Amino acid sequence: MSAAMQNEGYNFAYLDEGTKRMIRRALLKAVAVPGCQIPFGSREMPLPYGWGTGGIQVTASIVGPEDVLKVIDQGADDTTNAVSIRRFFARVAPGLRTTERTVEASIIQTRHRIPETPLREGQVMVYQVPQPEPLYKLEPRRAETKRLHALADYGLMQVKLYEDIARHGRVGSSYDHPVMVGGRYLMAPSPIPSFDNPKMHMSPALQLFGAGRERRLYAVPPYTDVRSLDFEDHPFVPLRANGTCALCGARDTYLDEMVTDDRGGRLFVCSDTDHCGTKQAEAAA
Amino acid sequence: MSNWVLKAEGLSKGFTLHLQGGVRIPVLRNAGLVVAPGECVALSGPSGAGKSTLMRLLQGNYGADAGTILIRRTDGVVADLATASPREVNALRRDTIGHVSQFLRVIPRVPALEVVAAPLLARGVTREVALNRAQALLRRLNLPDRLHALPPSTFSGGEQQRVNLARGFIADFPLMLLDEPTASLDAANREVVIALIGEAKARGAALIGIFHDQEVRDRVADRTIEVAPLREAA
Amino acid sequence: MSPGDESILDEPILSARNLSLSFGDVRALDEVAIDLWPGEVLAIVGESGSGKSTLLRVLAGEARPDAGAVTYRDTTGTVLDVHNMGEPALRRLARTEWGFVRQDARDGLRMGVSAGGNVGERLMAVGARHYGDIRAEASRWLERVEISPTRIDDRPGLFSGGMRQRLQIARTLVTRPRLVFMDEPTGGLDVSVQARLLDLIRGLVSDLGIAVVLVTHDIAAARLLAHRLVVMRDGRVVEEGLTDRVLDDPRHPYTQLLVSSVLAA
Repeated sequence: MSAAMQNEGYNFAYLDEGTKRMIRRALLKAVAVPGCQIPFGSREMPLPYGWGTGGIQVTASIVGPEDVLKVIDQGADDTTNAVSIRRFFARVAPGLRTTERTVEASIIQTRHRIPETPLREGQVMVYQVPQPEPLYKLEPRRAETKRLHALADYGLMQVKLYEDIARHGRVGSSYDHPVMVGGRYLMAPSPIPSFDNPKMHMSPALQLFGAGRERRLYAVPPYTDVRSLDFEDHPFVPLRANGTCALCGARDTYLDEMVTDDRGGRLFVCSDTDHCGTKQAEAAA
Repeated sequence: MSNWVLKAEGLSKGFTLHLQGGVRIPVLRNAGLVVAPGECVALSGPSGAGKSTLMRLLQGNYGADAGTILIRRTDGVVADLATASPREVNALRRDTIGHVSQFLRVIPRVPALEVVAAPLLARGVTREVALNRAQALLRRLNLPDRLHALPPSTFSGGEQQRVNLARGFIADFPLMLLDEPTASLDAANREVVIALIGEAKARGAALIGIFHDQEVRDRVADRTIEVAPLREAA
Repeated sequence: MSPGDESILDEPILSARNLSLSFGDVRALDEVAIDLWPGEVLAIVGESGSGKSTLLRVLAGEARPDAGAVTYRDTTGTVLDVHNMGEPALRRLARTEWGFVRQDARDGLRMGVSAGGNVGERLMAVGARHYGDIRAEASRWLERVEISPTRIDDRPGLFSGGMRQRLQIARTLVTRPRLVFMDEPTGGLDVSVQARLLDLIRGLVSDLGIAVVLVTHDIAAARLLAHRLVVMRDGRVVEEGLTDRVLDDPRHPYTQLLVSSVLAA
């Protein structure tokens, strides 16, 4: 990205230093109490709520000129949301490099996925979160859910899982499946597929979560215990489509289903475009 | 008499009707009686003299204004019903004082068999034993088997009376209060009740009853205590 | 204390002393004292506005009195100060050793959750994590409160008023609490439905040996269920004692009025 395309007159990474300090303080608190939702003064961003305003504010508060930023949406680097966020940071953060390669990135902002490539120490995952409250659908009163978290009173969440089994015959949601962090706080992992839940457990990377509209931040520090909720007789199973990637042949990745014609033809491809591309390149070499 | 089951002394009871301008109706003054094990005492006196009031005092249903109602429990300890706490009264009713009233207070949906077995169940007797005993007693009182599983609310007066009798006699109480136990019974069932009272006396129970049926009274009562209306007594 | 049997020497499970609470100029509770023993059913009767529902809320720790204290003796024999034990401890009690049956089942149930989930919630809250066991226990309790287990996956919105109330009772009793607060459990139901519900409560309470504080304006319900009765008026206890004695030999003018206003109680 050329310097000419960068916007003059904006602070580095768009947010003013006071706001960044406020968000960093909230992030420190979030890291200190893993899984606990920390309120923060969410700012108006130049894109609508629901497009990742929380994630962008977190990224803007931690990014520096020496960082390498990757942005994915549903695992892909080339979708509208990912491209526009990447372009945004390129314009407001002079010196920042962007990448589509998981291994090269120091910060990965994501919507709905965790990369297939294992994360390493020093990397930061930034999740865009629409609804930070895992109990939201069960208990709409915010003061009450706050109390339930304070008292670690999570029977209600288990009721939700009970209802899922009673109704659908299996535990849990295919995405945003609730987790217990550090054996203490119930946390919404954001709408990642349950397939990705195990990747959060004992991850070497720092994981930060930002909910712009709901004005909450939370975090999972590196090497933290993250367990998906389940029942003894209905253990949590990470779900994936039973198929093979039509492009790279992977059988162990999260797949998107693509309809190829109007006669019911369909195929599966990796949702993680970087991982899939790397595999294809390796196979070709 | 030192070997008594019940010894009531100096009992007074009156009612203050606050809804009728606080008018005070005295019913009993300085009443008393002593009943020994194996003895059946009949209360007699004109209607309105206070027999029923006395029975209710002895059952704990009314509170005495003055006096003592000493009752010797099965374990030999003496309790004063007149000053006993509600919990003590409930314990006495469970273990010591049996009661056959004229009318059955029906509990919705509870079958006759359960109504009869309740006093044994309350003491912790197993269901099987309690229900068997209840069935035997109802059969002895000639209540047809087909009625045993039905709630007594639909029963005739005589049938309800027999359920009440079975409930009163099932648990071998050391003290039994019988309020017109044969009022709505035919001759055959009257004989059963007379036999039951005889058996209770034989096992050492003390019985106090109001019997309007002269023949029954003569056959079961060892003594008669006259309860006189207050204005005549005064 | 007059002579009594050994069980009388045991201690109350719940005790309240000198409870007072005012709302503005209205004295909702005025120096109220209550004792409740294990396995005992205590009915609090009075007209609306007598303070009986306020008393129930204060006893259960849901409202704080201006003065006075409520103590609860837990399963280990420890005496806890209900209003000073802290919210975590109180909530733990509320979902383990205590239960609360509300007049309006909608306040005591989760209307968006199936009957099975409603009954299972307390089991899960105390750590049950085996779906099959939870479901089996929920099914047993539905049967026990006379709801067909085939309705286990139905939401309470599909149930009649009486069924909802029975479901609330199953949900409350499934963890075998020692102490249950009931606020007009038969209020708002048809008379025929009331009788069935009362009988069900009577049977369960005596089978399980639960101590109950029952608030009701229904004298007949109090007579059927309660060992002891407390009559309240204007925030004060005007009369208390053995249920049948208070009802058959009422001393206080207000109790006489209350009893005389009821047909065949």
